[in-house]
Amino acid sequence: MTAGFPVAAKKALADTQLRRNLGHATRTIRDKRAGVVGEVADWEQLREAGQAIKDEALARLPELLEQLEGSVQAAGGQVHWARDGAEANAAVAAVAKQHGVDEVVKVKSITTDETKLNDALAAEGIGAVETDLAELIVQLDNDSPSHILVPAIHRNRAEIRDLFRRKLGATDLSDDPAALTAVAREHLRRKFLEARMGVSGANFGVAETGTVSVVESEGNGRMCTTLPEVLVTVMGIEKVLPRWRDLEVFLQLLPRSSTGERMNPYTSLWSGVRAGDGPQEFHLVLLDNGRTDVLADAVGRQSLRCIRCSACLNVCPVYARAGGHAYESVYPGPIGAILAPQLARLEDSQTLPFASSLCGACADVCPVKIDIPEVLVHLRGEVVDRKGTDAEAVAMRALAGVFGDRKRYERAQSLARAGRSPLGRGLAKRLPGPIAAWTSSRELPEVPEQTFRQWWKETR
Amino acid sequence: MSGGKPDTVELRVSLFITCFNDTLFPGTGRAVVKLLERLGCEVDFPPDQTCCGQMHLNSGYRAEAAGLSEQLARAFDGSDVVVSPSASCVGMVREHGDPALAERTWELCEFLTGPLEAEDVGAYYPHRVTYHPTCHSLRGLRVGDAPLRLLRAVRGLDLLELPEAEECCGFGGTFAVKNPDVSTAMLSDKLRAVGDTRAEVVTAADNSCLMHIGGGLRRGRAGTRAVHLAQILASTEDDPEP
Repeated sequence: MTAGFPVAAKKALADTQLRRNLGHATRTIRDKRAGVVGEVADWEQLREAGQAIKDEALARLPELLEQLEGSVQAAGGQVHWARDGAEANAAVAAVAKQHGVDEVVKVKSITTDETKLNDALAAEGIGAVETDLAELIVQLDNDSPSHILVPAIHRNRAEIRDLFRRKLGATDLSDDPAALTAVAREHLRRKFLEARMGVSGANFGVAETGTVSVVESEGNGRMCTTLPEVLVTVMGIEKVLPRWRDLEVFLQLLPRSSTGERMNPYTSLWSGVRAGDGPQEFHLVLLDNGRTDVLADAVGRQSLRCIRCSACLNVCPVYARAGGHAYESVYPGPIGAILAPQLARLEDSQTLPFASSLCGACADVCPVKIDIPEVLVHLRGEVVDRKGTDAEAVAMRALAGVFGDRKRYERAQSLARAGRSPLGRGLAKRLPGPIAAWTSSRELPEVPEQTFRQWWKETR
Repeated sequence: MSGGKPDTVELRVSLFITCFNDTLFPGTGRAVVKLLERLGCEVDFPPDQTCCGQMHLNSGYRAEAAGLSEQLARAFDGSDVVVSPSASCVGMVREHGDPALAERTWELCEFLTGPLEAEDVGAYYPHRVTYHPTCHSLRGLRVGDAPLRLLRAVRGLDLLELPEAEECCGFGGTFAVKNPDVSTAMLSDKLRAVGDTRAEVVTAADNSCLMHIGGGLRRGRAGTRAVHLAQILASTEDDPEP
């Protein structure tokens, strides 16, 4: 059961440390992105190419997924189809058990957060070690990620030092980033060297070649995809690309949009298995989990173009103040406000489509041109269509009736002016609902003595 | 009147006042009439216009919005050129309204700097002013620097740059009451930015955002008032606007 965005956000807004951490971090990444995007002369054409490739992949999805399955198998990999999170988790757990593995190392992956893989593995007695530095911080703190790219964006250095002192036994630790990283590195190196199985998500899966790709900054992901004997990748079906050369577009769009870098430090690409080099067993789990339902919605399907860059989070004025946890979903921010209600049941996240002022900053930066405000408004319509008649619906329909007829509209204007009397204003201030929500922090405008149309009628 | 007077005498313009301005900000409508007439336009006001349906659409009431949108198109059936002092309502007409109406509807700044080719509209407004680019004018209609060019040409006006100008003020229609806490947090930052400029007046191309910013300024007794851009541009030495 979720509290809903307005309630969860109110709690987050009161956390002044969170406000400072988020404000600083989002502004830094936002400025970096603007700088590196500004230096690409054909950025708009790249965005259009990204959109076109994704739209092609979505239009040809069944065919491309079968092609991907064939090329992965031809390269020595095994493919599993998962209708939902439970099936995907079961496939991963089965591989672990088959090899008698009781601990896996994980590449940062939101898809496996979506399926709650770590909990499912724990229930089978299998430990999952997050190896992305920020994911490790979140895991050690029994916390949850609050940003797609920077999961611990809500934590600052001092808070991380305290956590590492408590959980990694690093007494005398300073909050110097190099010192913090060194402690995490020592902890993780042991895990990498012991691990017999790695688990990853995927940024891209190329149907033509059977190549799976993970894009990252730290290199810890590559440790997971190269050191263990067995590698399992859980990939959302919308991550498929038709051709190898399509990577050219996305490997330019993604790093500039996400970390604000011209090129990300580590781009790992692997196709099946190769004797004597890397994991000797590779499994690809193809996850639906609601994606085909999203694909069936003509307006909503553009959401599946998302490459999880998180540029929309960093420019969103709502996200920058409320933070990721207020969305109560593994997908926060503007993209979360449209993905979460579509991937899960709309009824479970029906406040999310309204968690936006529709300012449009997200649509302007999206590298695959998802019109997030359009999808938000579409989902608001779906929420209203399904919720039945409540007080708001009665008021909105009555108001539409007033606006629908000039005579009724002019009578309503006269009534609004009657409310100008001290009695009327006093009453308005005590009204519950929208007026109280407004006046909690803002004055109401004075209702003027004369409407514009009265002035026009009297003077013309 | 100082330079920049266009040769568009007798251009007939229909005013799309918007329900919001009609009821709550009639002074903005009077200012648009004064300004357009001064620039040689003949202004009319089709009285059957009410609401464009934006609030209903953005709140999820699609059928009601569609009905209002059709009604608005009928109200302007006889109009060749429609001008409105609201970037967000013009945005609604452009994106979701009747296509034929959308083609001939202009936001005020667009109309002044476009068809009328005016930057200096002969205004006089001796105040310290900062300009907030509303989301719908900036990212919806993409009016660019048209409002700033108009403001720079106003005699006596001291234009002050607003820090973090492109950030939303937190209004967002029903967002302000459905998410009052986040909306207020966004407003606080906007008010701080306005305060940092030490302006007497904050202006914009939309009274909805100005009602939000102005409502916050008045609550805080901030000593800065919110005034629609049309009123600044309509203001002259002989007939000053507040």
